[in-house]
Amino acid sequence: MSEIRFTDQHEWVRVEGDTATIGITDYAQEQLGDVVYVELPEVGKTVAAGDEAAVVESVKAASEVYAPVSGEVVEVNADLEGQPGGVNEDAMGRGWFVKLKLSDKSEFTKLMDEDAYKAFVEGLA
Amino acid sequence: MIRAYLKALMSTDHDTSAPLEVTPLHALHIELGAKMVPFAGYDMPVQYKDGVLTEHLHTREAAGLFDVSHMGQAFLVGPDHATVSRALEALVPGDIAGLTPGAIRYTLLLNDKGGIRDDLMVTRTQKDGTLFLIVNAACKHQDFAHIEANLPQGITLNRVTDRALIALQGPKAVEVLARFAPAVATMDFMTSQDMDVAGIPCYVSRSGYTGEDGNEISVPADRVVELTKKLLAEPEVKPIGLGARDSLRLEAGLCLYGHDIDETTTPIEGALGWTIGKRRRTEVNFPGANIIMDQIANGVKRKRVGILPDGKAPARDHTEITDASGKVIGEITSGSYGPTMGGPIAMGYVETEYAKVGTDIELMVRGKGRPAKIVALPFVEKRFHRPATK
Repeated sequence: MSEIRFTDQHEWVRVEGDTATIGITDYAQEQLGDVVYVELPEVGKTVAAGDEAAVVESVKAASEVYAPVSGEVVEVNADLEGQPGGVNEDAMGRGWFVKLKLSDKSEFTKLMDEDAYKAFVEGLA
Repeated sequence: MIRAYLKALMSTDHDTSAPLEVTPLHALHIELGAKMVPFAGYDMPVQYKDGVLTEHLHTREAAGLFDVSHMGQAFLVGPDHATVSRALEALVPGDIAGLTPGAIRYTLLLNDKGGIRDDLMVTRTQKDGTLFLIVNAACKHQDFAHIEANLPQGITLNRVTDRALIALQGPKAVEVLARFAPAVATMDFMTSQDMDVAGIPCYVSRSGYTGEDGNEISVPADRVVELTKKLLAEPEVKPIGLGARDSLRLEAGLCLYGHDIDETTTPIEGALGWTIGKRRRTEVNFPGANIIMDQIANGVKRKRVGILPDGKAPARDHTEITDASGKVIGEITSGSYGPTMGGPIAMGYVETEYAKVGTDIELMVRGKGRPAKIVALPFVEKRFHRPATK
């Protein structure tokens, strides 16, 4: 059973066991526009919650993707390096960026759940 | 992450305390689903529903329609061409006197040190003694004040505030516009004519800022919505925002004022020496002429160049440029992804000894040196319409 949570910076994190998969939300990809480049961290790197975990770039701008939770990078989505447009096509699915081995599960439960994030985005309109 | 994106989009030097101005096409932009951003004091479309990438490629394949009504339009009026061109030549290094009726010239307003106050288009209209000027939106108020302050008796600057400006750009642009104004088809690049377009009195130029063939059209403000809707109804035409306008001009190697050229860069440093007329070089009577002529004779310390990153990571404005040893040798002034190039492209300034095409350099992106090369501009060959060679 997986659980998904969100940040106010429009990242999502899905946890299965002690593995956290991180990406940007559909709202975020929509705001960014066509993604033309993604820079991913090296496997083995340790990131703390709030650290820059990846970079996503549209034609005009670069944006940081922050790690919503702390952990060690165990896998990156290398498909995005050749096909960065995957972020636009399926932000919540095959457009994921990194997988972390969670170091503190309590960080996860403090994040917004799906309903809270939905309300947050509606509040931005 | 969205915050960073919005900040980047809004990185224009307008006074954020002043309310934004709008162009006569503002309501139409919103109706067309544009994403609006502040640019040069105006609320402008950065992209429409298709997005920057698609809009850019569409302009290179068919025809893109741009609202550039935020730019400054004015007539400079004197008794005859010789007198009015002499007055403008006191402020710019271009050969204005030598323009034939209907001809357009790209030139530069210079300060006393030879720095660039703005770049502009000057048209010699069919009416003797009348020049038509188009200047950048962000500079227009200071440009017009500067020109007025330096005019001799008998010459006046008339700001045009009742006309909008649109651009139709791309390989199909002229064909489309000729459906509404057949005379457009036979115009040469960098010429202008007054003509009715769909029955609306316009000033039509064959010119642009994309590297493509096309037209820029000055239209009465109260009829620009009507004309824009007619053009957008043609199957080849889509509306294009400022995002694609920027990536198109960068691929074409064209400067963006305030980024690639400014008060601290001279035409020689900016690789715009070609804009200095032959006669003007012998007369040495434009602002900063002594400094600029010395630079032509003895060289400059830094030069504007094209930069092609080896990898896929775009290097943005203000990225530091270093040599292989890590010594800082310059800075990027325009950096983006080039949709037609299918990868990152940039322009910037480097110390002259590194300016040669083929030189290896490094770009400091997120604290890491990334290999790149100096390349010739433009990135994408210009497809301007030239008269057949005789």
